[in-house]
Amino acid sequence: MEIVKRPHAVNLVRWAKDRPQVLVLSADLTSSCEADDFRAAYPDRFFSLGMAEQNMMGFAGGLCREGFIPFVHTFAVFICRRAFDQVAMSIAYPNLKVRLLGFLPGITTPGGVTHQAIDDLALMRVIPNMTVLECGDATDVESVLDLTETIDGPVYIRMLRGEVPRLFAGDAPMRLNRARLLGEGRDVALLSSGICTEEALRAAAFLRRQGVGVHHLHISCLKPFSDPAVIQAVSSVRSGVITVENHSIIGGLGSATAELMAGAGLGQRLIRLGLKDRYAHGASRAYLMREYGLDAGAVVEAAEDLLATSFGARPQDLAAMPLPGLFDANKAEDL
Amino acid sequence: MTDRKLNDSPLDGAVKVIETAARVRRLVLEKTLQNQGGYLSQACSAADILVTLYLRLMNLGPSTAPWVPRPFAGAPGPGNPHSFTGAGYNGPKAPDLDRFIFSPVHYALVLYALLIEVGRLAPEALEQFNRDGSTLELIGAEHSPGHEVTAGSLAQAISQAGGIALARKLRAETGRVWVFMSDGEFQEGQTWEALAAATFHKLDNLRIFVDVNGHQCDGRMDGVMGVEPLLQRLLSFGIDALEVDGHDVEALAAAGTKVKPGCPLVVLARTDPCRGIELLRQRPGKLHYIRFRDEAEYRAYEQVLAGMEEEIGRLAWRS
Repeated sequence: MEIVKRPHAVNLVRWAKDRPQVLVLSADLTSSCEADDFRAAYPDRFFSLGMAEQNMMGFAGGLCREGFIPFVHTFAVFICRRAFDQVAMSIAYPNLKVRLLGFLPGITTPGGVTHQAIDDLALMRVIPNMTVLECGDATDVESVLDLTETIDGPVYIRMLRGEVPRLFAGDAPMRLNRARLLGEGRDVALLSSGICTEEALRAAAFLRRQGVGVHHLHISCLKPFSDPAVIQAVSSVRSGVITVENHSIIGGLGSATAELMAGAGLGQRLIRLGLKDRYAHGASRAYLMREYGLDAGAVVEAAEDLLATSFGARPQDLAAMPLPGLFDANKAEDL
Repeated sequence: MTDRKLNDSPLDGAVKVIETAARVRRLVLEKTLQNQGGYLSQACSAADILVTLYLRLMNLGPSTAPWVPRPFAGAPGPGNPHSFTGAGYNGPKAPDLDRFIFSPVHYALVLYALLIEVGRLAPEALEQFNRDGSTLELIGAEHSPGHEVTAGSLAQAISQAGGIALARKLRAETGRVWVFMSDGEFQEGQTWEALAAATFHKLDNLRIFVDVNGHQCDGRMDGVMGVEPLLQRLLSFGIDALEVDGHDVEALAAAGTKVKPGCPLVVLARTDPCRGIELLRQRPGKLHYIRFRDEAEYRAYEQVLAGMEEEIGRLAWRS
């Protein structure tokens, strides 16, 4: 599997080159949010606003009202928790084209509870006018900025940094309100997002070897969340639905799926994997994913629950599962 | 940065401001009586500041907005091309023209009354005040006449104004951004964040007038959580600030021009929340929102209104 180093840092410089209206605002986490290359390339379009996120949101709103497109870079917790009122009133109410890039989603950081955004999707989904996107691989990261150009309003992006795996073909960009089809099957629907998709792929590979048909979709758009492919997936499986996300099971993908299913009258069991209404703490990503049930083993257990069976999966079995090749969005589009 | 010269002789300008401020207070009291209550003391404290801004300091073009305001057209959003702001009442947006950002939007009635008295809004517009479906809301938002941003969550306007001022700097525009604030907003951390950012980014096109009336919702600020000595606090933060009598219209007009290059300006206007309505002094403690206690008090305020009309007649004769 290809690992891409700092895909956002590289992509942002390339993407912003011929877009003079694009500004970057930062709150003392510039290299931590991979905006340092932008700062070096376009110092006149970079604004350091210090550790003062509430004010930064207002500046972003004011700049946007004047025709600039501010890309706010900071950790997700500081956008969504610390400056929630400012995001809602200074940016979202007037439907301004501010792009909020939230880094360190969920348990991707050992920084502990203060740095782990386990509620950001819930908080951003509830804000009217806000579009909510989440990156799950390097291709998502490299294509999400293009996607924002089609959105006439505020966008929250759950961003990945550092070494990011590439799961999806480079020419298969993220699309608005369109899931990526990662596998078809008639037993269980599996909806995964963010860093959980890689784990879900391992689980799905294992389950297929056990003869289980897994209809697997990668979700990168949490709002709007009305892709007919999701409804079709949920309605076509026999034994139920699993969501797995790097977030609280309240307010994120699991909740959005429950709302969609209930609204469409789809009576299926739904198992929501994620942080079960509790905080995590500072530790390694692998440990936290295992501890809080966001990994391949948790997905397999959920499938066992839905199918009322046991496959006796051992952690080493799941870790050994080869990931399929890169997924092609064009194929997904046909289905 | 050079300033536009005051467009009238000091004496004429001052008399006009005093008379217009008196008219604003009268109109706000009249509406408060009609509504059986309202934000009245804010007219007393802020009328001189706001009228000075509109008549003597801000370089605004004529209103581009409907004489009689449109009804609320829905919140801004991707499905609503009809939403609008009330900024057009402050004239068009142009590189050389100033902008006005109104922060303590529970003062909305003061601003509506002012817009009427300076000929930017139809007098009959006040019939829509606080009516369902109207933009002349009790607490204004960006669709309300004279309002450009949604500021009711206090201390958010100064940051938005900072962003606007920064954008105008980036475009090398000469127009300035004026902000009207209340002193209670200096309890919010965001105000200090915004001032730090505006100072750091050298936004000398940003000029902030503060109505320091010493009152807030729960009562006197020094009993709720005092922010004094406010001038010293600002100065010690490295912010270019000065203090004036908020009812000395000459001092207010002069203060708005005392800008140091590279520095945003904060003018603390020390005001009296009972100015022009002495009867308010009989209410110890809370002045934030006035409700008439009984028929006798209501009648007493009606007498005040009649007295204000006589006073305006005398002022108009002078000018």
